[in-house]
Amino acid sequence: MVDYSWPPMNKRRVIGQRLNRLDGPAKSSGKAKYPTDVQRPGLLHAVILSSPHAHARVRSIDISAAQAMPGVEDIRVMSPAGTEIQWAGAEVAAIAARTEEIARDAARAIKVDYEVLPHLVKEDDLARAGNRAKAAGEQVTGDPDTVFRESGVVVHEGSYSIPVITHCCLEPHGSTIEYKGEKVEMWPSTQNVSGIGGDLARSLNIPVTNVSVHMDYMGGGFGSKFPADRWGTEGANMSKKTGKAVKLYLDRRQELTIGGVRPSAFAKVKIAARRDGTIVAWQSESWATGGVGGGGMPPIPYVFTNIPNKRLNHSAVSLNAGGARAWRAPNHAQACALTATAMEDLAAKLNMDSLEFMLKNANLTLRPETYRAQLQKAAELIEWKKYAHQRGDKTAGHIKQGLGIGFSTWGGAGHASNCRANIHPDGSVEVELGSQDIGTATRTAIAMVAAETLGIPVEQVKVKIGENSYPASGASGGSTTIGGVSSSTRKAAMNALDKLMDVVAASLNVPKDNLEAVDQRIQVKGNPDKAMTFKAACQKLGVKSISEMGTNDPKNPGGLNSQGASGVQMAHVSVDIETGVVRMNKFVAVQDCGLVVNPKTAESQVYGACIMNICAGLMEERVMDQITGRVLNADMEFYKLAGIKDIGEIVVHMDITPEHDRKGIIGLGEPPAIAGPAAISNAVANAIGVRVPGLPMTPERVLKALYGERSLA
Amino acid sequence: MNDLEPKHPGKKKSAFSRRGFLQGVGAGTTAAGVLSVPAEAQAPKAIGPGAVPITLTINGKAMQATVEPRVTLLDCMRHYMDLTGAKRVCDRGTCGACTVIMGGKVIYACSVLAIDAQGKQIETIENLTASGKTHPLVPAFVKHDAQQCGYCTPGFVMAAKGLLDRTPSPSYDQVKDGLGGNLCRCGTYVGVRQAVLEAAKGGRNG
Ligand code: FES
Ligand code: FES
Repeated sequence: MVDYSWPPMNKRRVIGQRLNRLDGPAKSSGKAKYPTDVQRPGLLHAVILSSPHAHARVRSIDISAAQAMPGVEDIRVMSPAGTEIQWAGAEVAAIAARTEEIARDAARAIKVDYEVLPHLVKEDDLARAGNRAKAAGEQVTGDPDTVFRESGVVVHEGSYSIPVITHCCLEPHGSTIEYKGEKVEMWPSTQNVSGIGGDLARSLNIPVTNVSVHMDYMGGGFGSKFPADRWGTEGANMSKKTGKAVKLYLDRRQELTIGGVRPSAFAKVKIAARRDGTIVAWQSESWATGGVGGGGMPPIPYVFTNIPNKRLNHSAVSLNAGGARAWRAPNHAQACALTATAMEDLAAKLNMDSLEFMLKNANLTLRPETYRAQLQKAAELIEWKKYAHQRGDKTAGHIKQGLGIGFSTWGGAGHASNCRANIHPDGSVEVELGSQDIGTATRTAIAMVAAETLGIPVEQVKVKIGENSYPASGASGGSTTIGGVSSSTRKAAMNALDKLMDVVAASLNVPKDNLEAVDQRIQVKGNPDKAMTFKAACQKLGVKSISEMGTNDPKNPGGLNSQGASGVQMAHVSVDIETGVVRMNKFVAVQDCGLVVNPKTAESQVYGACIMNICAGLMEERVMDQITGRVLNADMEFYKLAGIKDIGEIVVHMDITPEHDRKGIIGLGEPPAIAGPAAISNAVANAIGVRVPGLPMTPERVLKALYGERSLA
Repeated sequence: MNDLEPKHPGKKKSAFSRRGFLQGVGAGTTAAGVLSVPAEAQAPKAIGPGAVPITLTINGKAMQATVEPRVTLLDCMRHYMDLTGAKRVCDRGTCGACTVIMGGKVIYACSVLAIDAQGKQIETIENLTASGKTHPLVPAFVKHDAQQCGYCTPGFVMAAKGLLDRTPSPSYDQVKDGLGGNLCRCGTYVGVRQAVLEAAKGGRNG
């Protein structure tokens, strides 16, 4: 029985090293070919015609003029007469033409007659949602009513919200598709190399084995790029009809309108603590939208789940707006934004330092020791003692500074993954997985695990991912990839090594169990003199390569990966109370993540999440217009993302300890992308002395909170 | 129409002629392009809407294509010349993913028409590793892990190249100013700042 467990921390030679991303040179030199870069002979360019109306019925659609335009090769009606359109931006037709310019002209020449229907696109006022709001059942724990009335209990009530934001992937959704006879070649921008072919096949009603998926790189997904999508289906249909490859990606407006959003969350929260700061009761009336399907209740109260008395009510509000897709830590950033804010407001009412308040209540979390240690570490890194003050910076001048806290939890166990490891007689090694590198440095992690296992340098491992002909591996979502692919790679490489050791054992005349693979040798454990080089061992294979599989079964990860990551983030901001502008001074993330394969790229992932948090905390929101029913800022001028000057100093502390390491690998995509907006909102409240109830902390909102609605008149 | 197809130099004889081009430019675009036009060529003559042959000087090479006058430099490079390092993201001068250097200036290739880019020296990301020489920005971006998905990265590298061309030893603030016109969704700014400072320190060979 092969022992797959990770080598002990002090024995690792590759895992745990700060290695450069293997595909860094290709990316930094522009040589990396993304799905949107794919060229095919005779390639047709396709575009989508979107509905301008948020709610409408298609009375008729006339494509004849468009079809007659020279250079137009195919048009597919996606919303035929009778279709009820449910959001602006919805796909009405797809047009393939010799050039993109012609396709856009043709889209403009399509005549659609709509019967415009009433729409609702804003959910900030629950009272106005009417029958578009659907209440979920009330959940009650303990006896909140009695506790809220008890004397000696301090009660705070407040309103909090976090808006819909979009994924705004820099590479838009879409794919290039080429039908060749019965077979379909697909170059999608996806997080789901092994699964997207099946998704396309189902929509085309063809065998999944007919679809070949190719993707070496992709330009960002963040949870929004799993399916083939309707545009994939129509791209395929147009390719079949024309006999040419069809390239169909959303344009920027469509990407921000129908490419996926993170649901909003709003809540009226009532929270109570004893005078010593112990939280005793929570009540919330929350609502959320993620489009026509409404939006589920975030897991509130967040992290501090063991508040003994709770009443939770939630309504899902259905809007005529582009639908939700998973967004890095679904519903967790929202939960934190509704919980950490209310907690700090209560702490302020108690005149307690918010750090002390969090520490005091850590027992209400599932991992009190971890959170306490992380709160203390983050406080040290942000210099809490130096900058902390009671709510409202009382120093003179119009620049006020403040500190705020957020916290997170996430699963992150590895997904189902299969890997094939090949060792060839010339000493070359390949590992093959139907996985994808969405920016996580998955390729690098796979190579490192194989290299560690086989005792060879990383450069000697050829990682083959991005094809659905390789052994199936899960989609990259929910922080499951590094755990999944590392575990399957470990097992496949161990199984292959075991076969190689059979050969070496016979040749050195020692029992196989006595052998180890280190420093490009297969040797008797601890004895480099009784050894054979890796290459020489491979030569002994003669003409037959070794090819072995390894599988990560999420139900039985065998200690290689697990779940349960905790994190604490703190923000230090300066707020100009004359202009309402909030500036980041410093942002600290303390993150626990189990065994870390490559600290360098893992830190990059956390830095990136911190910056996304700053975007969501300070500027990001989808703005809907109730009159036209459209997204007002479906572009990158007004859908604001932080630039390089907006982020301040960022400090990332990876909580790498033997204790965490023993848990095995825990995914890191979502955990650091949760706590930031709440931390920033709290820091602003600490600075200016009042709560800005809704995120993001834009100048407009800050001024309103300071001086009332009329301040902007 | 055959002339919608890209034409690569040396493969086919180009239909392009300098005079024909200048006649075209006179009607549709900036005065600057018209100054050298001989008098007899100045009669207003619409160019387009059909495709016209153009020549661009990219990374020191003349590249030809036949494109509609409304085609941007970015789309011309990406769709007709297989120069796909520059990316199309916002397509309207906000994000910097399409950054190239034209006439020594950092520009957004999505915001310049291909026909207007004729006669200018254009440098793209592909030039930073051309002819066996690697610009120090490339390894610096790798070392500081200044890329995740990498889609924005060529734009950052080119904006940084333009900055270092102008300001060989930039301060931290100058780095931030120089790259303030580029956006990254994955959040790579921390690595980018370090990479550019290091590449500046290490001197340039570009
Ligand atoms: S694509 Fe040119 S600036 Fe965004
Ligand atoms: S690395 Fe993904 S957008 Fe910058």
